[in-house]
Amino acid sequence: MNSTVVLILALAVGTYAFRLVGPALHGRVELPARVQELSSAGAIVLLVALLATGALTEGGGFAGWARPGGVLVAGALAWRRAPFVVVVLGAATATAALRLAGAG
Amino acid sequence: MRSLHRTPSRDLVRDSSLVWLASGIVGISFGAISVAGGLPVWVPVVMSLVVYAGSAQFSAVGVLLAGGGPLAAAATGLLLNTRTAAFSLAVADILGRGRAARLAGAHLVTDETVAFALAQPDPARRRAAFWVSGIGLFVVWNVGVLAGALAGDTLGDTAAYGLDAAFPAVLVALVLPALREDARIRRCAMAGAALALAVTPAVPAGVPVLLALAGLFLYGRKEAAA
Repeated sequence: MNSTVVLILALAVGTYAFRLVGPALHGRVELPARVQELSSAGAIVLLVALLATGALTEGGGFAGWARPGGVLVAGALAWRRAPFVVVVLGAATATAALRLAGAG
Repeated sequence: MRSLHRTPSRDLVRDSSLVWLASGIVGISFGAISVAGGLPVWVPVVMSLVVYAGSAQFSAVGVLLAGGGPLAAAATGLLLNTRTAAFSLAVADILGRGRAARLAGAHLVTDETVAFALAQPDPARRRAAFWVSGIGLFVVWNVGVLAGALAGDTLGDTAAYGLDAAFPAVLVALVLPALREDARIRRCAMAGAALALAVTPAVPAGVPVLLALAGLFLYGRKEAAA
Protein backbone atom coordinates (compact mmCIF):
# COMPACT_ATOMS: atom_id res chain seq x y z
CA MET A 1 0.00 0.00 0.00
CA ASN A 2 2.81 2.37 0.91
CA SER A 3 4.65 1.68 -2.33
CA THR A 4 1.47 2.55 -4.23
CA VAL A 5 1.40 5.93 -2.50
CA VAL A 6 5.04 6.48 -3.49
CA LEU A 7 4.22 5.50 -7.09
CA ILE A 8 1.34 7.96 -7.30
CA LEU A 9 3.37 10.75 -5.70
CA ALA A 10 6.38 10.17 -7.95
CA LEU A 11 4.19 10.12 -11.04
CA ALA A 12 2.30 13.22 -9.92
CA VAL A 13 5.36 15.28 -9.00
CA GLY A 14 7.28 14.24 -12.11
CA THR A 15 4.37 14.94 -14.42
CA TYR A 16 3.68 18.31 -12.86
CA ALA A 17 7.37 19.20 -13.20
CA PHE A 18 7.21 18.42 -16.92
CA ARG A 19 4.08 20.52 -17.25
CA LEU A 20 5.64 23.40 -15.41
CA VAL A 21 8.58 23.72 -17.81
CA GLY A 22 6.79 26.07 -20.18
CA PRO A 23 4.97 28.29 -17.64
CA ALA A 24 8.08 28.49 -15.42
CA LEU A 25 10.30 29.65 -18.24
CA HIS A 26 7.72 31.99 -19.70
CA GLY A 27 8.26 35.63 -18.81
CA ARG A 28 11.41 34.80 -16.85
CA VAL A 29 13.68 33.75 -19.66
CA GLU A 30 13.18 35.41 -23.02
CA LEU A 31 13.08 32.42 -25.30
CA PRO A 32 14.64 33.07 -28.68
CA ALA A 33 12.09 33.40 -31.50
CA ARG A 34 13.57 30.29 -33.04
CA VAL A 35 12.83 28.22 -29.93
CA GLN A 36 9.29 29.55 -29.73
CA GLU A 37 8.72 28.73 -33.38
CA LEU A 38 10.12 25.24 -32.95
CA SER A 39 8.10 24.60 -29.81
CA SER A 40 4.81 25.28 -31.56
CA ALA A 41 5.89 23.24 -34.59
CA GLY A 42 7.04 20.54 -32.15
CA ALA A 43 3.60 20.44 -30.54
CA ILE A 44 1.99 19.73 -33.91
CA VAL A 45 4.65 17.09 -34.68
CA LEU A 46 3.91 15.39 -31.33
CA LEU A 47 0.16 15.51 -31.91
CA VAL A 48 0.47 14.02 -35.40
CA ALA A 49 2.73 11.24 -34.06
CA LEU A 50 0.20 10.59 -31.29
CA LEU A 51 -2.63 10.36 -33.76
CA ALA A 52 -0.67 8.09 -36.11
CA THR A 53 0.41 5.68 -33.38
CA GLY A 54 -3.00 5.94 -31.71
CA ALA A 55 -4.80 5.14 -34.94
CA LEU A 56 -2.61 2.26 -36.07
CA THR A 57 -1.06 0.61 -33.04
CA GLU A 58 -2.15 -1.00 -29.80
CA GLY A 59 0.31 -2.37 -27.25
CA GLY A 60 3.20 -2.23 -29.73
CA GLY A 61 1.36 -4.12 -32.49
CA PHE A 62 -1.17 -3.39 -35.23
CA ALA A 63 -4.50 -2.17 -33.88
CA GLY A 64 -6.62 -3.94 -36.52
CA TRP A 65 -8.45 -2.35 -39.45
CA ALA A 66 -11.54 -0.94 -37.78
CA ARG A 67 -9.83 1.90 -35.90
CA PRO A 68 -7.63 3.22 -38.74
CA GLY A 69 -10.69 2.86 -40.99
CA GLY A 70 -12.63 5.18 -38.72
CA VAL A 71 -9.73 7.63 -38.47
CA LEU A 72 -9.48 7.66 -42.27
CA VAL A 73 -13.15 8.63 -42.40
CA ALA A 74 -12.34 11.41 -39.92
CA GLY A 75 -9.52 12.59 -42.17
CA ALA A 76 -11.78 12.70 -45.21
CA LEU A 77 -14.49 14.59 -43.30
CA ALA A 78 -11.99 17.06 -41.82
CA TRP A 79 -10.43 17.61 -45.25
CA ARG A 80 -13.88 18.59 -46.56
CA ARG A 81 -14.13 20.97 -43.59
CA ALA A 82 -16.95 19.11 -41.91
CA PRO A 83 -17.80 20.39 -38.41
CA PHE A 84 -15.73 19.00 -35.54
CA VAL A 85 -18.68 17.05 -34.13
CA VAL A 86 -19.29 15.35 -37.48
CA VAL A 87 -15.62 14.39 -37.81
CA VAL A 88 -15.42 12.76 -34.37
CA LEU A 89 -18.80 11.04 -34.45
CA GLY A 90 -18.14 9.92 -38.03
CA ALA A 91 -14.95 8.19 -36.95
CA ALA A 92 -16.54 6.42 -33.99
CA THR A 93 -19.54 5.34 -36.08
CA ALA A 94 -17.37 4.04 -38.92
CA THR A 95 -15.17 2.08 -36.50
CA ALA A 96 -18.18 0.64 -34.68
CA ALA A 97 -19.76 -0.31 -38.04
CA LEU A 98 -16.53 -1.93 -39.26
CA ARG A 99 -16.36 -3.97 -36.03
CA LEU A 100 -19.98 -4.97 -36.39
CA ALA A 101 -19.12 -6.14 -39.91
CA GLY A 102 -16.34 -8.27 -38.52
CA ALA A 103 -13.21 -6.14 -39.01
CA GLY A 104 -10.83 -6.24 -36.03
CA MET B 1 -11.41 34.64 -13.72
CA ARG B 2 -11.50 35.63 -17.36
CA SER B 3 -13.81 37.63 -19.55
CA LEU B 4 -15.52 34.63 -21.09
CA HIS B 5 -18.79 36.51 -20.97
CA ARG B 6 -17.55 38.86 -23.66
CA THR B 7 -17.46 36.10 -26.23
CA PRO B 8 -20.00 33.43 -25.32
CA SER B 9 -17.62 30.74 -26.65
CA ARG B 10 -20.62 28.54 -27.16
CA ASP B 11 -18.95 26.78 -30.06
CA LEU B 12 -15.89 26.13 -27.89
CA VAL B 13 -18.11 24.44 -25.35
CA ARG B 14 -19.94 22.52 -28.04
CA ASP B 15 -16.74 21.20 -29.61
CA SER B 16 -15.15 20.51 -26.23
CA SER B 17 -18.17 18.64 -24.97
CA LEU B 18 -17.58 15.85 -27.44
CA VAL B 19 -14.04 15.42 -26.14
CA TRP B 20 -15.43 15.55 -22.60
CA LEU B 21 -17.98 12.86 -23.38
CA ALA B 22 -15.37 10.54 -24.87
CA SER B 23 -12.93 11.24 -22.02
CA GLY B 24 -15.64 10.66 -19.44
CA ILE B 25 -16.30 7.21 -20.85
CA VAL B 26 -12.58 6.43 -20.99
CA GLY B 27 -12.32 7.67 -17.38
CA ILE B 28 -15.12 5.33 -16.35
CA SER B 29 -13.31 2.43 -17.94
CA PHE B 30 -10.04 3.44 -16.24
CA GLY B 31 -11.73 3.42 -12.84
CA ALA B 32 -13.50 0.15 -13.59
CA ILE B 33 -10.38 -1.62 -14.90
CA SER B 34 -8.30 -0.53 -11.92
CA VAL B 35 -10.82 -1.75 -9.36
CA ALA B 36 -11.62 -4.93 -11.30
CA GLY B 37 -7.86 -5.64 -11.32
CA GLY B 38 -7.81 -5.57 -7.53
CA LEU B 39 -6.77 -2.01 -6.64
CA PRO B 40 -8.68 -0.14 -3.92
CA VAL B 41 -11.06 2.58 -5.11
CA TRP B 42 -8.86 5.44 -3.87
CA VAL B 43 -5.92 4.49 -6.11
CA PRO B 44 -7.48 5.34 -9.51
CA VAL B 45 -9.38 8.27 -7.97
CA VAL B 46 -6.39 9.96 -6.30
CA MET B 47 -4.13 9.17 -9.23
CA SER B 48 -6.54 10.86 -11.64
CA LEU B 49 -6.66 14.00 -9.51
CA VAL B 50 -2.93 14.43 -8.96
CA VAL B 51 -1.42 12.83 -12.08
CA TYR B 52 -4.24 13.67 -14.50
CA ALA B 53 -2.83 12.06 -17.64
CA GLY B 54 -4.92 9.33 -19.22
CA SER B 55 -2.35 7.30 -21.10
CA ALA B 56 0.21 7.45 -18.27
CA GLN B 57 -2.42 6.36 -15.75
CA PHE B 58 -3.48 3.40 -17.88
CA SER B 59 0.15 2.33 -18.34
CA ALA B 60 1.09 2.76 -14.69
CA VAL B 61 -1.91 0.76 -13.51
CA GLY B 62 -1.30 -1.79 -16.28
CA VAL B 63 2.28 -2.32 -15.13
CA LEU B 64 1.13 -2.48 -11.50
CA LEU B 65 -1.58 -5.05 -12.20
CA ALA B 66 0.81 -7.09 -14.34
CA GLY B 67 3.09 -7.34 -11.29
CA GLY B 68 5.76 -5.02 -12.66
CA GLY B 69 6.19 -3.19 -9.37
CA PRO B 70 5.70 0.49 -8.48
CA LEU B 71 9.10 1.60 -9.75
CA ALA B 72 8.51 0.26 -13.26
CA ALA B 73 4.98 1.66 -13.16
CA ALA B 74 6.20 5.15 -12.27
CA ALA B 75 8.98 5.03 -14.88
CA THR B 76 6.54 4.02 -17.62
CA GLY B 77 4.10 6.74 -16.71
CA LEU B 78 6.79 9.41 -16.51
CA LEU B 79 8.25 8.39 -19.85
CA LEU B 80 4.82 8.80 -21.42
CA ASN B 81 4.44 12.22 -19.84
CA THR B 82 7.75 13.73 -20.91
CA ARG B 83 5.93 15.06 -23.96
CA THR B 84 3.89 17.35 -21.72
CA ALA B 85 7.07 19.41 -21.21
CA ALA B 86 7.08 20.22 -24.93
CA PHE B 87 3.35 20.91 -24.84
CA SER B 88 3.73 23.23 -21.86
CA LEU B 89 6.27 25.28 -23.80
CA ALA B 90 3.87 25.55 -26.72
CA VAL B 91 1.02 26.87 -24.54
CA ALA B 92 3.09 28.92 -22.07
CA ASP B 93 1.97 32.27 -23.46
CA ILE B 94 -1.67 31.13 -23.67
CA LEU B 95 -2.10 30.53 -19.94
CA GLY B 96 -1.91 34.15 -18.89
CA ARG B 97 0.45 36.23 -16.76
CA GLY B 98 -0.62 35.56 -13.20
CA ARG B 99 1.19 33.05 -11.03
CA ALA B 100 -2.03 31.25 -10.10
CA ALA B 101 -3.09 30.93 -13.73
CA ARG B 102 0.27 29.48 -14.67
CA LEU B 103 0.42 27.04 -11.75
CA ALA B 104 -3.15 25.85 -12.29
CA GLY B 105 -2.91 25.90 -16.08
CA ALA B 106 0.19 23.71 -16.04
CA HIS B 107 -1.78 20.91 -14.41
CA LEU B 108 -4.38 21.10 -17.20
CA VAL B 109 -1.87 20.54 -20.01
CA THR B 110 -3.04 17.45 -21.88
CA ASP B 111 -2.85 16.32 -25.51
CA GLU B 112 -6.48 17.19 -26.20
CA THR B 113 -6.50 20.59 -24.52
CA VAL B 114 -3.24 21.70 -26.15
CA ALA B 115 -4.47 20.57 -29.56
CA PHE B 116 -7.77 22.32 -29.00
CA ALA B 117 -6.13 25.58 -27.92
CA LEU B 118 -3.53 25.65 -30.70
CA ALA B 119 -6.21 25.07 -33.32
CA GLN B 120 -7.84 28.44 -32.54
CA PRO B 121 -7.16 31.41 -34.81
CA ASP B 122 -6.30 34.21 -32.35
CA PRO B 123 -4.77 34.63 -28.85
CA ALA B 124 -8.03 35.46 -27.07
CA ARG B 125 -9.76 32.41 -28.44
CA ARG B 126 -6.72 30.26 -27.70
CA ARG B 127 -6.83 31.25 -24.08
CA ALA B 128 -10.59 30.71 -23.82
CA ALA B 129 -10.27 27.35 -25.57
CA PHE B 130 -7.48 26.24 -23.23
CA TRP B 131 -9.44 27.02 -20.08
CA VAL B 132 -12.85 25.86 -21.30
CA SER B 133 -11.48 22.58 -22.62
CA GLY B 134 -9.01 22.11 -19.76
CA ILE B 135 -11.32 22.71 -16.81
CA GLY B 136 -14.15 20.74 -18.39
CA LEU B 137 -11.86 17.84 -19.18
CA PHE B 138 -10.44 17.79 -15.66
CA VAL B 139 -13.89 17.67 -14.09
CA VAL B 140 -15.32 15.10 -16.49
CA TRP B 141 -12.27 12.85 -16.35
CA ASN B 142 -12.23 12.73 -12.55
CA VAL B 143 -15.98 12.26 -12.20
CA GLY B 144 -15.77 9.47 -14.78
CA VAL B 145 -12.94 7.71 -12.96
CA LEU B 146 -14.81 7.93 -9.65
CA ALA B 147 -18.00 6.58 -11.21
CA GLY B 148 -16.11 3.75 -12.89
CA ALA B 149 -14.22 2.84 -9.72
CA LEU B 150 -17.47 2.70 -7.75
CA ALA B 151 -19.34 0.80 -10.45
CA GLY B 152 -16.59 -1.75 -11.03
CA ASP B 153 -16.58 -3.92 -14.10
CA THR B 154 -20.10 -3.37 -15.40
CA LEU B 155 -19.51 -1.21 -18.47
CA GLY B 156 -18.93 -3.97 -21.00
CA ASP B 157 -16.79 -3.67 -24.08
CA THR B 158 -16.26 -0.01 -25.00
CA ALA B 159 -14.52 -1.04 -28.23
CA ALA B 160 -17.97 -1.86 -29.64
CA TYR B 161 -18.83 1.87 -29.65
CA GLY B 162 -15.79 2.73 -31.75
CA LEU B 163 -14.64 5.00 -28.96
CA ASP B 164 -10.99 4.15 -29.52
CA ALA B 165 -11.20 5.90 -32.90
CA ALA B 166 -12.57 9.10 -31.34
CA PHE B 167 -9.24 10.30 -29.90
CA PRO B 168 -7.16 10.00 -33.06
CA ALA B 169 -10.12 11.58 -34.88
CA VAL B 170 -10.15 14.54 -32.50
CA LEU B 171 -6.47 15.09 -33.21
CA VAL B 172 -7.04 14.77 -36.97
CA ALA B 173 -9.69 17.47 -36.85
CA LEU B 174 -7.49 19.76 -34.78
CA VAL B 175 -4.15 19.45 -36.58
CA LEU B 176 -5.37 19.26 -40.17
CA PRO B 177 -5.67 23.05 -40.62
CA ALA B 178 -2.05 23.57 -39.47
CA LEU B 179 -0.82 20.76 -41.71
CA ARG B 180 -2.76 22.14 -44.61
CA GLU B 181 -1.42 25.65 -44.54
CA ASP B 182 2.20 25.11 -43.50
CA ALA B 183 4.35 22.89 -45.73
CA ARG B 184 7.26 23.00 -43.29
CA ILE B 185 5.20 21.69 -40.40
CA ARG B 186 3.65 19.10 -42.71
CA ARG B 187 7.09 17.83 -43.70
CA CYS B 188 8.27 17.55 -40.08
CA ALA B 189 5.04 15.95 -38.90
CA MET B 190 4.93 13.31 -41.63
CA ALA B 191 8.56 12.33 -41.09
CA GLY B 192 8.08 12.28 -37.32
CA ALA B 193 4.94 10.15 -37.51
CA ALA B 194 6.61 7.69 -39.90
CA LEU B 195 9.55 7.37 -37.52
CA ALA B 196 7.24 6.90 -34.52
CA LEU B 197 5.31 4.15 -36.30
CA ALA B 198 8.50 2.42 -37.43
CA VAL B 199 9.96 2.16 -33.94
CA THR B 200 6.71 1.40 -32.07
CA PRO B 201 7.14 -2.42 -32.04
CA ALA B 202 10.72 -2.13 -30.76
CA VAL B 203 10.76 0.51 -28.00
CA PRO B 204 8.83 1.15 -24.75
CA ALA B 205 5.54 3.06 -24.87
CA GLY B 206 6.09 6.82 -24.88
CA VAL B 207 9.40 6.69 -26.73
CA PRO B 208 8.00 6.61 -30.31
CA VAL B 209 6.21 9.94 -29.93
CA LEU B 210 9.32 11.57 -28.44
CA LEU B 211 11.46 10.32 -31.32
CA ALA B 212 8.97 11.94 -33.68
CA LEU B 213 10.42 15.29 -32.58
CA ALA B 214 13.45 14.39 -34.72
CA GLY B 215 11.18 15.40 -37.60
CA LEU B 216 11.88 19.00 -36.54
CA PHE B 217 15.32 18.69 -38.15
CA LEU B 218 13.48 19.11 -41.44
CA TYR B 219 11.97 22.39 -40.28
CA GLY B 220 14.65 24.43 -42.00
CA ARG B 221 16.11 27.81 -41.15
CA LYS B 222 14.65 31.28 -40.75
CA GLU B 223 12.29 31.07 -43.74
CA ALA B 224 9.62 32.90 -41.80
CA ALA B 225 11.62 35.39 -39.78
CA ALA B 226 8.54 37.48 -39.02
